[in-house]
Amino acid sequence: MTGYMETTQESARDKLVGEKERHVKANARDYNDKFSYADNHIKTSKYNVLTFLPINLFEQFQRVANAYFLVLLILQLIPEISSLSWFTTIVPLVLVLVITAVKDATDDYFRHKSDQQVNNRQSQVLIGGSLQNEKWMNVRVGDIIKLENNQFVAADILLLCSSEPYGLCYIETAELDGETNLKVRQALTVTSDLEDITKLMDFDGEVICEPPNNKLDTFIGTLYWRDNKHPLDNEKMLLRGCVLRNTEWCFGMVIFAGLQTKLMQNCGRTQFKRTSIDKLMNTLVLWIFAFLICMGVILAIGNTILESWSGRNFQVFLPLDEFQNSAVFSGFLTFWSYIIILNTVVPISLYVSVEVLRLGHSYFINWDWKMYYSQTDTAAEARTTTLNEELGQVEFIFSDKTGTLTQNIMVFRKCSINGQTYGDVYDEFERKVEITEKTACVDFSFNALCDRSFKFYDGSLVEAIKLEDPAAQEFFRLLALCHTVMPEEKSEGHLVYQAQSPDEGALVTAARNFGFVFRARTPETITLCEMGRAVTYQLLAILDFNNVRKRMSVIVRNSQGQIKLYSKGADTIIFDRLDPSSEELMYTTSEHLSEFAGEGLRTLALAYKDLDEDYLDVWMKKLLFASTVIENREDQLAVLYEEIEQDLKLLGATAIEDKLQEGVPETIACLNLADIKIWVLTGDKLETAMNIGYSCNMLRDDMNEVFVISGHTLLEVQQQLRSANEHILGLSRVGSAGDEKANMLADDSVFEETIIAEYALIINGHSLAYAMEPQLEHVLLDLACLCKTVICCRVTPMQKAQVVELVKRHKRAITLAIGDGANDVSMIKTAHIGVGISGQEGMQAVLASDYSFAQFRYLRRLLLVHGRWSYFRMCNFLCYFFYKNFAFTLVHFWYGFFCGFSAQTVYDQWFITLFNIVYTSLPVLAMGLFDQDVNDQNSLRYPSLYKPGQQNLLFNKRQFFLCTLQGMGTSCLLFFVPYGAFSVLVKEDGSHFSDQQAFAVTIATSLVIVTSVQIGLDTHYWTAINHFFIWGSLTVYFAVLFAMQSDGMFGVFSSIFPFIGAARNCLSEKSVWLVILLTTVVCVVPSLAVSFLRVDLFPTLTDKVRHLQRFRNKQGPQEQNLRRVRRTSSRRSAYAFSHQQGYGELITSGKNMKESTVSSACSPGRTPHSPTWIENMLKRKNEVSCISDERTGAPERSSRAERFNSTPTGLNLSLTNR
Amino acid sequence: MMASSYNAKEEDGNHPGAANHAGAGVVKSKKPDNTAFKQQRLPAWQPILTAGTVLPAFFVIGLIFIPIGIGLYVTSNNIKEFEIDYTGADINNPCYNCAKNFSWNSTTQCVCSVPFTLEQPFESNVFMYYGLSNFYQNHRRYVKSRDDSQLNGDRSALKSPSKECEPYRTSEGQPIAPCGAIANSLFNDTLELYHIDSNGSRNEIPLVKKGIAWWTDKHVKFRNPGGNDNLTVAFQGTSKPVNWRKPVFDLDPEDPDNNGFINEDFIVWMRTAALPTFRKLYRIIQKKSSTTPTLPSGKYVLNITYNYPVLSFDGRKRMILSTISWMGGKNPFLGIAYITVGSICFFLGVVLLIIHHKYDTRNNSADIPN
Repeated sequence: MTGYMETTQESARDKLVGEKERHVKANARDYNDKFSYADNHIKTSKYNVLTFLPINLFEQFQRVANAYFLVLLILQLIPEISSLSWFTTIVPLVLVLVITAVKDATDDYFRHKSDQQVNNRQSQVLIGGSLQNEKWMNVRVGDIIKLENNQFVAADILLLCSSEPYGLCYIETAELDGETNLKVRQALTVTSDLEDITKLMDFDGEVICEPPNNKLDTFIGTLYWRDNKHPLDNEKMLLRGCVLRNTEWCFGMVIFAGLQTKLMQNCGRTQFKRTSIDKLMNTLVLWIFAFLICMGVILAIGNTILESWSGRNFQVFLPLDEFQNSAVFSGFLTFWSYIIILNTVVPISLYVSVEVLRLGHSYFINWDWKMYYSQTDTAAEARTTTLNEELGQVEFIFSDKTGTLTQNIMVFRKCSINGQTYGDVYDEFERKVEITEKTACVDFSFNALCDRSFKFYDGSLVEAIKLEDPAAQEFFRLLALCHTVMPEEKSEGHLVYQAQSPDEGALVTAARNFGFVFRARTPETITLCEMGRAVTYQLLAILDFNNVRKRMSVIVRNSQGQIKLYSKGADTIIFDRLDPSSEELMYTTSEHLSEFAGEGLRTLALAYKDLDEDYLDVWMKKLLFASTVIENREDQLAVLYEEIEQDLKLLGATAIEDKLQEGVPETIACLNLADIKIWVLTGDKLETAMNIGYSCNMLRDDMNEVFVISGHTLLEVQQQLRSANEHILGLSRVGSAGDEKANMLADDSVFEETIIAEYALIINGHSLAYAMEPQLEHVLLDLACLCKTVICCRVTPMQKAQVVELVKRHKRAITLAIGDGANDVSMIKTAHIGVGISGQEGMQAVLASDYSFAQFRYLRRLLLVHGRWSYFRMCNFLCYFFYKNFAFTLVHFWYGFFCGFSAQTVYDQWFITLFNIVYTSLPVLAMGLFDQDVNDQNSLRYPSLYKPGQQNLLFNKRQFFLCTLQGMGTSCLLFFVPYGAFSVLVKEDGSHFSDQQAFAVTIATSLVIVTSVQIGLDTHYWTAINHFFIWGSLTVYFAVLFAMQSDGMFGVFSSIFPFIGAARNCLSEKSVWLVILLTTVVCVVPSLAVSFLRVDLFPTLTDKVRHLQRFRNKQGPQEQNLRRVRRTSSRRSAYAFSHQQGYGELITSGKNMKESTVSSACSPGRTPHSPTWIENMLKRKNEVSCISDERTGAPERSSRAERFNSTPTGLNLSLTNR
Repeated sequence: MMASSYNAKEEDGNHPGAANHAGAGVVKSKKPDNTAFKQQRLPAWQPILTAGTVLPAFFVIGLIFIPIGIGLYVTSNNIKEFEIDYTGADINNPCYNCAKNFSWNSTTQCVCSVPFTLEQPFESNVFMYYGLSNFYQNHRRYVKSRDDSQLNGDRSALKSPSKECEPYRTSEGQPIAPCGAIANSLFNDTLELYHIDSNGSRNEIPLVKKGIAWWTDKHVKFRNPGGNDNLTVAFQGTSKPVNWRKPVFDLDPEDPDNNGFINEDFIVWMRTAALPTFRKLYRIIQKKSSTTPTLPSGKYVLNITYNYPVLSFDGRKRMILSTISWMGGKNPFLGIAYITVGSICFFLGVVLLIIHHKYDTRNNSADIPN
């Protein structure tokens, strides 16, 4: 598939080799046409009707196997060598080529269709003074196009202006970098007021910029307009593949189009994944080839010797051609003749059959209704059809957390207010009731603004609110005020919250339902609807959240003029800053917190503080001063924040459930039993990751040690890794109580086995970067493999891929990456097998994946059932296939010794042609498709059954050797038993019977019967289809045999069917049948005895389960009860912020607020145009305008800009429950 | 094997699940059918190799094979066979001179007589074979050196034989009929059998030359060109194979129906042997009456018209007389093989039974780790 794409891309690149910089003039097609930039037409298809045949054939013959058979075909056309008719090779070859060509053609047809669809998308282009609808492919460089909300960006364009203030617009860049949160782009100030079409028509700026490249995060260019130079950077570009969001419209000028866009330049070729069996198969084919040459050489030497001793003399009856006078030359020719005859040991149908099997297995995955998720109506899908058997060999699973293990839905579960917990439900006997679907929810109907989807089960909390318990009220007031959520009131009472992180959304939603509805905000005010009353708070400051502070606070002035600081944050952080008066409450709350955490809930502690006006004034002045400082501004602010967030009064704590996907702990436990190591790679914070680790049962309290690696320098990390390593190894040394020396010498694998203790490793992204350095990676890997659980947190998408790569490189194990988000794409592409969860975060992961389904728990079925079966079937298939071909072909080798090494075939030519593709293909395919040693329930119940796949036990070089040996043995018996009989075989009517054709028919019939019996023995699961194919193949064999050797066929083509009457004469003889029976028994009995002994004496787990299964089947089906995994409880805490940094600053600036949002129902107390608001605006305006001169801008802006491309967080404006 | 990762659908980013809900009208669920085939729950027979199935199989094989083997062996032993080598390789052989002085060009035929004695009478029909050794009738170049179309009476093939026949395709400008090395090397010794009476007189034993070829060969595969009448005309314009003394239409002067391509000796020869040592049916000696044996014990003389040179390639020529039974000719191999295999199976069954009983407890499904 390399062909076309490469050439088009390269030719596009070639054209640009000369392009040092790009000149694009707006609204000037004539000018731009001079440069012959690529147009916006894309083409990913490879062929058209005319080029299909030559290109496809060329590609196909690049495959070694096909080329090999082509060479054979050519050899066969040389009469001196030809030992087989041409059709023996050409029939299978043509069949293979046609099947592949049909598949390629269909693939390309769909590419054509998708190209066409993209090229024909409509886009509004400014042509001749008006906006005209144009197809995407007609958009040209320099055009000004208009984009509307939720539209795809058609090309790489320079943002000129937008519907939003300051020329801002929001885009989703998931296609490009895999981040689903929204990003801000801002037009140049000079162009941001080109809001109507006439102004845009007159715009004649010229952009001079870098030539097309694949760097997504940089853009260097300059806009020359009205004799001014304006520097351009990536912040002003909208790249193809992005989607415009939350912006009504925007205009942009096309800079790069079509194949020169950054998206297209970036779509490198996806790595073609091959399975380990594929690789093994290639090696084996090479071995076979070497073996073939050996046989050829042996027989050629035999020929030479024979020719030089006695062959000369046989010339009386068989004269030689002139050129055959030299015995050596005759041997040389014989060599090639034998290569032709024996070529069937490298089976041409092998590759095709393997593909067919994999396709079939993929369909079984698609069809599995136990992997169908009815809620989203998604069935599992095998998107790559070539990797199935590798699913049975997975040793490492790399899992994303959010959306994969968890649903990314946060639910307010419990809280502790003033020492009182709420959230549990008790029955009349004061016993805790487990909350199920049926448990009655609290009725929030008193609250008109409540969110109907919110569920809470403990009625006492509502009672407390209704009784106007001050603590409870303050608690929810805090939740309603202290956050950075944006409200959107689409219609009266219909509120939608846009939260930066789902946990914030959950808290605000909880407050909303308990009567403290967050209704609207302006940069200076927050409007709540408290128990039906509209209350407006003046927002004085947001002390924003960040990763170090682990808390956020707001300072507000309520309608009574009281100033309060509300703070929420990690319990340890808040507890450190409490007023002594809260000490007692702190202990109670702390107990509650551990209780919450024990249930796997994410907790936050809430506290408040009353402030007096004078103190605040002083503080605000300091803040104002600090926020104008350019150097160390962040640090100075942090110090100020720290200063005011003291002597807090504890209110209570919240507990949020980060909802796990269904069945996650069970799945993980089950996969662990199958010796699959699961590593969690998440962009989340350490605490969150650990929390999930505990709730997934990956981390447990009874683990001996949980190592947390979080060093900031290489040395630190090295030290931590080393000490962890020593800790484990040291303990095991003590534990094993052996002599020190032996332990010292033993290698890691030994240690891995001796360690019974369980360890867990948690490493953060920062340390991981150091740990992945070449000198440390081995230490890391050794340590990681000693641990039962590995969690990497705060890792970038790139690092995810690197971790996978590391394991892939050093462990020689099959890796599987599973994720749902665009940030998992890199790891999904890197791992041997990528699995995408078709969940909530869009389809990027799914599109990059090899398999996709809706729920993490289906992974268990995919691996333990489908993967195991695929592997088992493929191995069985290969063993049998090689056996069959050796048994079939090597008969010629033995015959060589009895036909003067003349490369005479044993069989009829037609038999050779049809044996692999007609007589024996279907039974083995049926076995490869339908066989199952153990049914799916037992595969799931006994995860240990999965282990043989990981250890590569079912098909490896040894197995190959054994099955070829069996094949050789069979071929030997197949030849020598009839040989013994035929040396003096006479027909019942006395006529001689030792002729070649009778010999051929006897051996061929024996072979077909022996292979059928053998496949019968190898088949574990005889469905009707197997019966049909096996018996059918035998029938077809006899039918074809008699048909081909009938009088009629001979009458028509007397020279092609010379075997007339052989079958009739031969198979009517009792002695022939006696020979066939003897041959069959002799060939089958040894393998039967061996496999019986193996099952009887050394039963594998599979054999035992099969016995058990049979035993159970007799008894009738039993109810299967899956063990539920209990969660252990432990004291640990976590704080519930899944984002890295808040965007309070954006709120206070008011930049992201539209007028409509502000003018909301619960009448704002202040006019939006307060002095501070204007001041703020002006400040921003200055910043915006100076940005064109001063590239760096204000520190916080640049930090935001960096974040755009480096971290998975940033400005996440997406809805919580999208 | 690489593809661009770019895909229009990717750019679309459309959510198939979401599209479903948006679509008005009947939304087809993607839920796979719950059929036994798709869910891989087809009813199936799941054989397991257990002692209960395998061991009886071994015993049964043993019990069936041993009697068959004994039967075959006894039958084979009852068949009377007599074999005589008349190659003339060593000096004591009566045909030594003929073999020594053989020349393709000699016009006089060398005849030699080999006397022999049958110790036992041959009761039923006796079949007379000639056997050749070290004769590679299965050599690839030899095997393909024939033209089946020509032998099937195809006129065009008669005039221009297949290229496979080279170098025996044409001779003196005329196409050879029958062409090819196989036909050219037709076995052309004439064997005659005489019984020496007690009074010393020689009685020629009548040898039947018809019915020695396969029916299909004689009637379907081999046909004379232009029907069977007047073969001389039919074969006009063709040349005889170089080694032959007589043209093909004159192979059997006595029986016009046994001439041309349908001459049975010729047909038998054309059915090439599988192995370098082979025998071919030459003549049948039919039983005349139920009271006297076909060939009573006593002295015989085999008269050979020695035309066929084999010494040059270390070949051997034999004459074999044999009776046959229900299973064909004498064949000790099958009987012995059956007895051996049957015994081995039985023995294996016993061994496996012992092993199985000794280690019976091992195969206990109770120790499956859960």
